[in-house]
Amino acid sequence: MIRQNGPFLALCAVLLVGLILPLATGATAVGFYVEVLLGGLMAGVLYSLVALGFALIFKASGVFNFAQGAMVLFAALAVARLAESMPLWAAIVISIAIMIVLAWLIERLVLRPLVNQEAIALFMATLGVTFFIDGLGQTIWGSDIYAIELGIPKEPVMVLQGLFQGGILVNKEDFVAAVVAAALVVGLALFFQKTPTGRALRAVADDHQAAQSIGIPLNRMWVIVWSVAGIVALVAGVIWGSKLGVQFSLSQVALKALPVVILGGFTSVPGAIIGGLIIGVGEKMAEVFLGPVLVRAFDLAGGGIENWFAFMLALLFLLVRPQGLFGEKHIDRV
Amino acid sequence: MLYRENGQFKSTYASDQQMLPILQDRVFMLGLVAFAFLVVPFVVSDYVFLSLVIPFLILALAALGLNLLVGYCGQISIGHAAFMAVGAYAAYNLALRVPQLNFLVVLVLAGLIAAAVGMVFGIPSLRIKGLYLAVATLAAQFFMDWLFARVKWFTNYAHSGSVQTAPLDLFGWVVDTPARKYLFLLSILIVFTLIAKNLVRGHIGRAWMAMRDMDVAAEVIGIRPVYAKLTAFAISSFFVGVAGALWGFVHLGSWEPLAFNLTLSLNLLFMVIIGGMGSLLGSYFGAAFIVILPIVLNQVPAFLGVPISTSMASHLEFMIFGALIVFFLIVEPHGLARLWAIGKEKLRLWPFPH
Repeated sequence: MIRQNGPFLALCAVLLVGLILPLATGATAVGFYVEVLLGGLMAGVLYSLVALGFALIFKASGVFNFAQGAMVLFAALAVARLAESMPLWAAIVISIAIMIVLAWLIERLVLRPLVNQEAIALFMATLGVTFFIDGLGQTIWGSDIYAIELGIPKEPVMVLQGLFQGGILVNKEDFVAAVVAAALVVGLALFFQKTPTGRALRAVADDHQAAQSIGIPLNRMWVIVWSVAGIVALVAGVIWGSKLGVQFSLSQVALKALPVVILGGFTSVPGAIIGGLIIGVGEKMAEVFLGPVLVRAFDLAGGGIENWFAFMLALLFLLVRPQGLFGEKHIDRV
Repeated sequence: MLYRENGQFKSTYASDQQMLPILQDRVFMLGLVAFAFLVVPFVVSDYVFLSLVIPFLILALAALGLNLLVGYCGQISIGHAAFMAVGAYAAYNLALRVPQLNFLVVLVLAGLIAAAVGMVFGIPSLRIKGLYLAVATLAAQFFMDWLFARVKWFTNYAHSGSVQTAPLDLFGWVVDTPARKYLFLLSILIVFTLIAKNLVRGHIGRAWMAMRDMDVAAEVIGIRPVYAKLTAFAISSFFVGVAGALWGFVHLGSWEPLAFNLTLSLNLLFMVIIGGMGSLLGSYFGAAFIVILPIVLNQVPAFLGVPISTSMASHLEFMIFGALIVFFLIVEPHGLARLWAIGKEKLRLWPFPH
């Protein structure tokens, strides 16, 4: 067991040591360290949300959906622009309807004609869908930066002043985001475990042919799962958009969901959540504590290692544990 | 009536194995090359050279390289612009630090460096395949973007991070006018196409294709996956690295670190998909398509009298790209090259189909 997982355990140990090192060497104040940690967790929640939609689709239809990021952008744009002329709740309801229509169109026009094709062809089709949705969203809604007002105060609050010197700055909005994400995960878990539709979806995920042979309509299941992924994308887009503003870069940031699902395991919903948190914390920590060290050591023109850190981490994970933290053991190994 | 192989008998192995076995194909190809070398430089305007023909030639070379990996070996890569960047910066630093080297030597060395980097990022392909590899190559893309933007040595401590190159000098023949650039690039592209053609019909290309079609069966008949996959990554990165160096030196002249970003990677992949996976000719078609489409999209609305803004045009371009990719995957998975082949088949029977 230990021998088999040796490289994996070694990698985990290195990461843990790296996580604790700044604190242990006294290079940073405890309060600041906790702030960075919290900031990382909050970013991680958002990555988790995108990765969640990704994992759902992969589980149910075996499609590696590159378009999840584009769906986040599209949903966020829809909410932001609709909210300009109507109350926020109405904008969200209409946007959910739009995402369901989008899911239906994707199933009809892209997935159904490509049924039984290789996974790689489906992946490339989602690349095409990505471009199409990106272009469509910006054609309809415009390509400036838009704001989403959730009505939550954005001022940071000082907490735990008694415990650390100087206390810790936290954003109320971040807490709301975390709570919403947690609620979403619980809701999805209930949906998958307790409802007949959820059971049918799990059956489809386990074995397409067996599910079809007992009368589960595959096409309708795909529409449902793409709709659910669209709604998850909407939640991620709204939260992210209210934090950073709705703009094209949203679609690019969402690419970070790819290393998250690799880390967590492609088919695992808890994996997507925990992977997102690990990536979020890891890259913030790397940026804040490892970045300056690298800059000094190699005379770099600035940090920014968070742009690739997540991907490199995923690459290492692929080498030592290709199925991810919680993925199924069965994987096409060469 | 004209295009048929009746009466062309092959009596030696050499004639059986030649690249273009049909006489009409050989005549057509020679005519095309002669036209490209002797007529095009004198009739095409400088603007068309700079905005259409030169990008097309370089991107065709890059698409050729990517097609070897994706189309022939079946390993997906969405980070190939990173290897173009490696080639470009390697060539820049070689030309800067060892000025006595001839540019052709620089080009080959830059390609070799890109091949080495490509092999490193190809190592994960030995343990994983398919979609996981997409993420591994994405790591290459983001890491290289960062590396060339941040490590000052690569850009020779330039303040803005952008680098400039001098006009090329090949044995006293200065490549400065658009027509000369065109001739230079055309020669290189022809050489590389010949190399690629002979690679894919030799044992290495057959090993790649066996790997692509079924890796277990390929292993059973004695093809080493390590060797097949790493050579595919290395040779593909070599082609792409050379294309990157040319893109920097001949097309751009001066460039910023983000000249080789994810968008370029995806565009290269689209060239391969639209042109036709596993077809060298398809790489040409795909590159031509991707170069021409934005220009057409910019011209058509004005031509129709419907003015649209440039940002609108770029969004429409995104949509059309996306729709076309899905369209091609559904209707013609083998791309434009397949349409060409169908046309040729039809021509053999024309005008008497029975």
